[in-house]
Amino acid sequence: MTTRRIVLTRSAAVMGAASTGLLLPHLARAQSDKVRVGFMLPYTGTFAQLGVAIENGFRMALNEQGGKLGGREIEFFKVDDESNPAKGIENATRLVQRDKVDVLIGTVHSGVQMGIHKVARDTGVLNLIPNAGVHIATRAQCAPNVFRTSFTNSQPTLALGKAMVANGHKKAVWITWNYAAGDEAFEGFEQSYTAAGGTIVKKLGLPFPNVEFQALLTEIASLKPDAVACFFAGGGAAKFMSDFAAAGLNKSIQLYGSGFLTEGVLEAAGPAANGVLTTMHYGDSLNTPRDKQFRLEYAKAFRLQPDVYAVQGYDTGLLLIKGANAVKGDLNNKKALYAAMEGATIDSPRGKWTMSKAHNPIQDIYMRKVENKENKVIGVAQKAVADSGAGCRMG
Amino acid sequence: MDFANFLIQLLNSLQYGLLLFMLAAGLTLIFGIMGVVNLAHGSFYMLGAYLAWFLVSQLDSLLLAIVLGILMAVVFGWLLEWLLFRHFYHRDHLDQVLLTFGLIYIFEELRSILWGDDVHSVQVPEMLNWSIPLTDNLSYPVYRLVMSGVCILLALGLYLLISKTRLGMKIRAGAFNREMTESLGINIRLIHGVVFALGVALAAIAGMIASPISSVYPGMGSSVLIMCFVVVVIGGIGSVRGALVAALLVGLVDTFGKVLVPQIAGMAVYMLMAAVLLYKPEGLFKQ
Repeated sequence: MTTRRIVLTRSAAVMGAASTGLLLPHLARAQSDKVRVGFMLPYTGTFAQLGVAIENGFRMALNEQGGKLGGREIEFFKVDDESNPAKGIENATRLVQRDKVDVLIGTVHSGVQMGIHKVARDTGVLNLIPNAGVHIATRAQCAPNVFRTSFTNSQPTLALGKAMVANGHKKAVWITWNYAAGDEAFEGFEQSYTAAGGTIVKKLGLPFPNVEFQALLTEIASLKPDAVACFFAGGGAAKFMSDFAAAGLNKSIQLYGSGFLTEGVLEAAGPAANGVLTTMHYGDSLNTPRDKQFRLEYAKAFRLQPDVYAVQGYDTGLLLIKGANAVKGDLNNKKALYAAMEGATIDSPRGKWTMSKAHNPIQDIYMRKVENKENKVIGVAQKAVADSGAGCRMG
Repeated sequence: MDFANFLIQLLNSLQYGLLLFMLAAGLTLIFGIMGVVNLAHGSFYMLGAYLAWFLVSQLDSLLLAIVLGILMAVVFGWLLEWLLFRHFYHRDHLDQVLLTFGLIYIFEELRSILWGDDVHSVQVPEMLNWSIPLTDNLSYPVYRLVMSGVCILLALGLYLLISKTRLGMKIRAGAFNREMTESLGINIRLIHGVVFALGVALAAIAGMIASPISSVYPGMGSSVLIMCFVVVVIGGIGSVRGALVAALLVGLVDTFGKVLVPQIAGMAVYMLMAAVLLYKPEGLFKQ
């Protein structure tokens, strides 16, 4: 018994030493070990399709590299975050402590993101955010090891104001759900619209996710603004556009919104959505060679049309590849890895973009018009839109 | 707000209140007569809406879908009562809450398996898909008016059923004194089955007729459930008349709260509830 136990402990010690790189030369280890990539995304619930699209996009980017990161094989770990903020910290900790991932990809829901963010700041694990737009992650609580490849909640609306005034719509009513994402979207709208010379006549709100809009639509009609700007997403977005049209408001008042208003709900909203103008960092008909190629390849690989979430997942892959290639797969060389990712220019299907100092994309925001259940790009609303990154100090 | 807009807002609150009543009536009936706290009531609303969407996509007619949907809801309610609820009438409220809370998850999962997690919309029937111009830039969808009409008819029907018919008399007797009613030779189990099926059907009808104006989405049941309970609590638990008054009151407060004081829009209804409970702890119409 004793001998066997000694053998066991000794071999464990050897294995432990090997895994921390004590016995093998650095380079050899880098080539023999696999990079551990953890997905923490919603695979069930309302956001399930978003999680799948992000993972698809990410894998597609890696497959274009022969399925390797900086020359190393990859091992994937997956956790379904269920878009449940209460389990955010627990799930992120599981990936970092148990699965010992080198990089954590996640997530969609801003509340869950705050859980991941805490774990990322505490453990220093590399975290790439493929969607959640919560401001604080790249503002007051920004971190050297946290990079976002999507947007901040105020970024799309930051491009809205100027375009609205240019269209001659100088008096607007703002409407959203009274919750964090709605407030953050309003920040971008207020800033850009008033700077462009527009007047916000009234700010209307209702509790999330209430969809009884009729009273507010009546109020909008009595205020007679030139335009309405809004932030809604998912089922509530479809309902808002239908009710807006049914009340006849679409005949005299132009509806604008942050792009999420018309993402994934055009089938449900039907003709009521026609003519709605939204701003977003992607659209269905960019018609650039880069985007066409991406859409073709994606459709071939997954038998699905890609959406903005697939693009964000794909860009997350591109960013990680840039970093990993710069350090030849040695993700522990954090200083060089982060420097490479900070300086990267991502050749994305949405158009080229770069990283801001606070680790959020500086990107073109497009103006899109809904036509026949498609978000048709009609131009660039504003070039190189950057989030302020207010309060960010990289420690 | 000018006078025309004030009247339109009154119409809005009436319409919202009537829909809430349809939902709350079933909940308060089931509680008042069988003493069951049914948290799964919102799920019946959701199932009704999904059923309407599914049947319309198959039959291409909302009216037909609603008729068929009502039949299915009645059968479903009857089965649920027979299989589960009747064994819980004499149990503690906590047991009932556990059962019905579990049912919420089961119904959500069933919905996910059967119909997926997508957001859907139901087309307003062609005949009703137009709007009446009210002011220079606002029109009122005819479907909303028809919906309110249906709600009023159903409320009237419910009142007549309970207060004027023989069945209604038996229902009231059963709620008042179960043993005495049974000893008079009335099959109280049958009555309970009928009442439960009726409650489920009311919630499902609300979901079905609301589906064209409210998009059909996962979790839509839980969002109405809370408002439903607010109505029942304000009206007095178990009182159908109370539910009607409370639903209209909640509609009024919610509508004007949203417009006049948007900062506290989410709170207005709960402040009303707190105020009512302060002066009438058992609700407006105590049973």
